[in-house]
Amino acid sequence: MKKVFSRPKSLKENFIYHYCPGCGHSIAHRLVAEVIDELGIRGITIGVPPAGCAVLAYYYIDVDMIEAQHGRGPALATGIKRVLPDRIVFSYQGDGDLAAIGTAESLHAANRGENITVFFINNAVYGMTGGQMAPTTILGQKTTTSAPGRDITLDGYPIKMSEILCLLPGVKYVERCAVNSPANIVKTKKAIKKAFQYQIDGVGFSMIEILSQCPTNWKMSSIDSCKWIDEVMVKEYPLGVLKDVTAPEKKKGK
Amino acid sequence: MLIGEAAIRAGCRFYAGYPITPQNELTEYMSENMRKVKDGIFIQSESEIAAIHMVTGASAAGVRAMTSSSSPGISLKQDGISSLAACELPAVIVNMMRGGPGLGNIAPAQGDYFQATRGGGHGDYRTIVLAPASCQELADLTMDAFDLADEYRNPAIILADGMMGQMMEPTVFKKAKPRNYSESFMLRGAGKGKSKIIKGLVLPPLEMEEHNWKLARKYQVISDKETRHEAFNLDNAELVVVAYGTAARITKGAIKRLGESGLRVGLFRPITLWPFPVKALRELSHKVKNFLVFEMSTGQMLEDVRLALQGYANIDFHGRPGGVVPTPAEFAIAVEREFRDKDTYGRQF
Amino acid sequence: MLVKTIFSGFGGQGVMMIGYTFAHGAMNAGYHVTYLPSYGAEVRGGTANCTVSVADEEIASPVASEPEYVVAMNNPSVQTFQNRIASNGIMLINSSITDARPNRKDITVYEIPAGEIAEKIGNPRASNVVMIGALLKKIGMIPPETYLNSLETILGDKKKAVAETNRRAFAAGYDYLK
Repeated sequence: MKKVFSRPKSLKENFIYHYCPGCGHSIAHRLVAEVIDELGIRGITIGVPPAGCAVLAYYYIDVDMIEAQHGRGPALATGIKRVLPDRIVFSYQGDGDLAAIGTAESLHAANRGENITVFFINNAVYGMTGGQMAPTTILGQKTTTSAPGRDITLDGYPIKMSEILCLLPGVKYVERCAVNSPANIVKTKKAIKKAFQYQIDGVGFSMIEILSQCPTNWKMSSIDSCKWIDEVMVKEYPLGVLKDVTAPEKKKGK
Repeated sequence: MLIGEAAIRAGCRFYAGYPITPQNELTEYMSENMRKVKDGIFIQSESEIAAIHMVTGASAAGVRAMTSSSSPGISLKQDGISSLAACELPAVIVNMMRGGPGLGNIAPAQGDYFQATRGGGHGDYRTIVLAPASCQELADLTMDAFDLADEYRNPAIILADGMMGQMMEPTVFKKAKPRNYSESFMLRGAGKGKSKIIKGLVLPPLEMEEHNWKLARKYQVISDKETRHEAFNLDNAELVVVAYGTAARITKGAIKRLGESGLRVGLFRPITLWPFPVKALRELSHKVKNFLVFEMSTGQMLEDVRLALQGYANIDFHGRPGGVVPTPAEFAIAVEREFRDKDTYGRQF
Repeated sequence: MLVKTIFSGFGGQGVMMIGYTFAHGAMNAGYHVTYLPSYGAEVRGGTANCTVSVADEEIASPVASEPEYVVAMNNPSVQTFQNRIASNGIMLINSSITDARPNRKDITVYEIPAGEIAEKIGNPRASNVVMIGALLKKIGMIPPETYLNSLETILGDKKKAVAETNRRAFAAGYDYLK
């Protein structure tokens, strides 16, 4: 019998995801691990997981990992990548981490054009702390700190970090994906692979934003939360390639 | 500048910093000179916080790394210093103290003693704190800081002030020791082997407790082995001034004047502020009964002196906070005034 | 033996430079030396000063409570340091732009028209070097040639003509005082 599905080698054996049922993190982890396998970069990859649900990524993804304090992933990744320019360095961050407490680190690592890859998991809430309003929370969305729904006059607008980073010349590739359906998952994997490939080729900073379901804090069923991404989140955060500069070998030809 | 050169000679190959007075000379020096050495990396970071975390990344990746700042900037860096201690990563952090709290001013002060010696950030940890009192020591201790940080896998702090940072004296650089730091602590990609994790998050309380005790045992070893101090003019001293850094320099100047007017004063100068040279100071209290703590603050090291002497001697305090650098003459007058009336001596604290 | 000198003047008059080169010269003459600049906000536009301590033993404090020598390049410097200078101390005043004079009777004051002397030599900006020439005459300790070598080492590969002017300015200051 042909084996058609197995654990990626870059996911650790004998683990049980601690993520809630229906959470998008486990899918994103698996995709990262699959791509690391396919590119054969397990031995040269260093990951920086965030404070938050995904901090335990180091128990799942089988590469060297160092945790970052709240929001500091891109600064840590900068330090690692500058010392070890031939390694593949990624940070994995949530929306509170990347778009609130670590905005400065994200913006400036991007602006310096650090040759790193950032995975930005956007689930519109603070997950681990119990579903508080995130900078990416949708207008009207109810959270534990925006009980009547996010209100512009009090809380401002959902922040679009991907669009903001696209303005910076140092940023080479930004794509927004989702992990709420098989089709979107396939696209996400392609994006992750392209981002890592760009880093291998020395293109520069890339960020993959992944809209990810959080059924627990959204207080929805897994299926409803996948639907909510399509019906609500995508309207605020449209999917697709937001920026993609030409690879350097093509540049040389000009 | 001196610290920068000493750091590079000690093999520091990563520096990240953010402009703040009075330590900009160091950042500028590193900008110019890091690029001249092979594999030297300089980054002007977007913030103090980013700088310390870049240093964390570089340290994890296996190079000797340093950042520097002055008081308000060091407050911001505590996020990363606590993390370095938790993850047991070496790094050297330079604090050129200025007047505080808040923005304070930019004049030399010693108000960050508590912050430096009590860990500074959140959690149960300590940093090794070295307090130079001359340019020569600034160079020597910078090199030593890298060695100590590596040996104990712990952040080490150079605690000086703006005067130390600005002063110039002839200095000879000692030869740096070869680095002794195992590659097994470095994060350089797993290769074909097992992947490594560097982390400070330990969710189960019992495991966290064990991690805390493990760190505490390490701090105990450092306390037992690494205290340093200078004893000056202690023979037949009737009064011993306890002071560090710039205050100790001023004291030395004052001691001469006091000697001329017939007061025999000695100086006990802690070189390591943490670990504090408790034993040596306590032993001194068998011979001398009068101590005067002199700090350019409202009294912080004073508490360590009290803990060390445990009531076995009289302790008085002279403080000049706020960026005031008293002259040796001023301090000598203060000592005489304090000490002349022996009945009231030591009553203040 | 411990001798402390304060060099003081407007930012831009080159007081830090002569203090620094003086410290360097003293080091090369084999002394213990400290150089301590005053810095920060007060340097800009106001009066800048630096303290150089020279001794044949370890120097305790780089701060000068009572300097033996003061080189005062402007009025505020005279006013500030006349109260600090040690009894029997020496104050050298750049009299070209300074009308303030100390009231103290226990110190010696030398007035040096450094601006005019420097102008005569052809570089009005060299008045600081004129002053250090005068100081070295009074302070002894450092042989002029040792100092000039330090000056040239520190100025580095600047034009030879500048070095030549500096030598003439130094000599003029040195010879101005008996």
